[in-house]
Amino acid sequence: MTVVVKIPTQLRAAADGDAEAEVDGATVQEVLDGLFERYDELRARISDEDGSLRRFVNVYIAGEDIRFLDGLQTPVADGAELTILPAVAGGV
Amino acid sequence: MAVSHLQCKECRTAYPLEALYVCEQCFGPLEVVYDHDATRLDVGERRRRIQAGPQNIWRYADFLPLVGGPPGPSGRLGSRVGLPAGCTPLIRADRLAARLGLREVWVKNDAANPTHSFKDRVVSVAVTRARELGFETIACASTGNLANSVAAHGAALGMDSYVFIPADLEEQKILATGVYGTRLVGVRGSYDDVNRLCTQLCADREWAFVNINLRPYYAEGSKTLSYEIAEQLGWELPDRCIVPVASGSLFTKIAKGFEEWMELGLVEGPGRSTPRTPRMNGAQAEGCSPVARAFADGHEVCRPVKPDTIAKSLAIGNPADGPYALELARRTGGSVDAVSDEEIRAGIVLLAETTGIFTETAGGVTTAVLAKLAARGDIDPDERVVLVITGEGLKTLDAVRGTFETNTIDPTVESFEAVDGALGAASTPFGALR
Repeated sequence: MTVVVKIPTQLRAAADGDAEAEVDGATVQEVLDGLFERYDELRARISDEDGSLRRFVNVYIAGEDIRFLDGLQTPVADGAELTILPAVAGGV
Repeated sequence: MAVSHLQCKECRTAYPLEALYVCEQCFGPLEVVYDHDATRLDVGERRRRIQAGPQNIWRYADFLPLVGGPPGPSGRLGSRVGLPAGCTPLIRADRLAARLGLREVWVKNDAANPTHSFKDRVVSVAVTRARELGFETIACASTGNLANSVAAHGAALGMDSYVFIPADLEEQKILATGVYGTRLVGVRGSYDDVNRLCTQLCADREWAFVNINLRPYYAEGSKTLSYEIAEQLGWELPDRCIVPVASGSLFTKIAKGFEEWMELGLVEGPGRSTPRTPRMNGAQAEGCSPVARAFADGHEVCRPVKPDTIAKSLAIGNPADGPYALELARRTGGSVDAVSDEEIRAGIVLLAETTGIFTETAGGVTTAVLAKLAARGDIDPDERVVLVITGEGLKTLDAVRGTFETNTIDPTVESFEAVDGALGAASTPFGALR
């Protein structure tokens, strides 16, 4: 499976300035691991020491928050779009 | 000005006072930091500077993130520039208190703002900072009240505006936004979808999204609610505040406002006692209660939910400040509670019947949570309680449809006398609150 990962502006400096990257993997976890292999600096920015996502990082597959799916184990389809966004926006 | 820099709330990395909102190191939210020591003022001087200010939020400019001070050619003219927010009534609600078995309940009626919600406070601050930073276009992702406020501020200041809302929002809120001549976009999806879309749009556009890239400044505007409450109580704090929670930003910033003034010695506790942070009670609707659920379960983070509630202004399933709201409620001995849609309607009616204040569904949530806490015995009858009412009932009229009957008669005395005995015996659904 090849997935298009959308990299947010705040992380592009740690990703050679890239706005998106094509990464192989069958689950969100595998895609992120592939992403970290390519851009080592990204790992510490969005993952905790234990490998889980930092609490202000949101990850979406085709627009759906992975916490409504199977989290990091969510399977990904070929050609899907994985979006990483900060969680700090919002209302009241 | 005392404003100093931005800082990550998680890892404390410092950033300049620009349109930034996320820490590049850990993705944590950025917050404004002040250096009040730099102004070398004593308590009396600080209070006099506030009291000499205009009758709006710019009287608190010393505590807001504006580099150039209050907007306008001078502090005096500040009150006439744009769409000044704040200085809303704080009303002693003895009949509401009596109904709930309490002694001292105050209602902070923030529906009395220019576009009828507390959002005018945060938008005033964000838009003023956006102008300082050179932006010409303002924008927002909104559940309705923010949409009204951003559109109106754009009109008042002659700035272009874009407003993104869930397409199924209450009609009153859509009409009260479009009238200001904004570029209004209804998104097929929930608020969380709108928010995600705007976060993506924000990355490539030179717009000031008030609640995204201007969020650190925007959120600071909520502190003016606590400054006003303290000033209106004679430089004293309440024992407890009941505040609606959607993202958790308002809830945490109200406490921050109180704590900043405690540090500077500007306020005392109730009856001139030693000040301490009021107990903070957050209020959510059961149909969207990720923070209340995490509180009940003892968790430190919130699991997002898909909202389904009549309280659409609180329908944020993925609350950005959830972890901070949980920490605050626990630290102050408060709580985060949730109430049903039926209790929300009953809360609106209870507040209206006992205070003359007609609030929207979010205020129904807050009032119903106050009733719930009182019934549960969580509130000492001697406590001074402030109920924060954030918006106007005319924006969510459907919520009270069917809660009373109109008696239609012929224009004769006989016809009136035939129904008179039955008038006013409304079927107020107080049972839902007990």
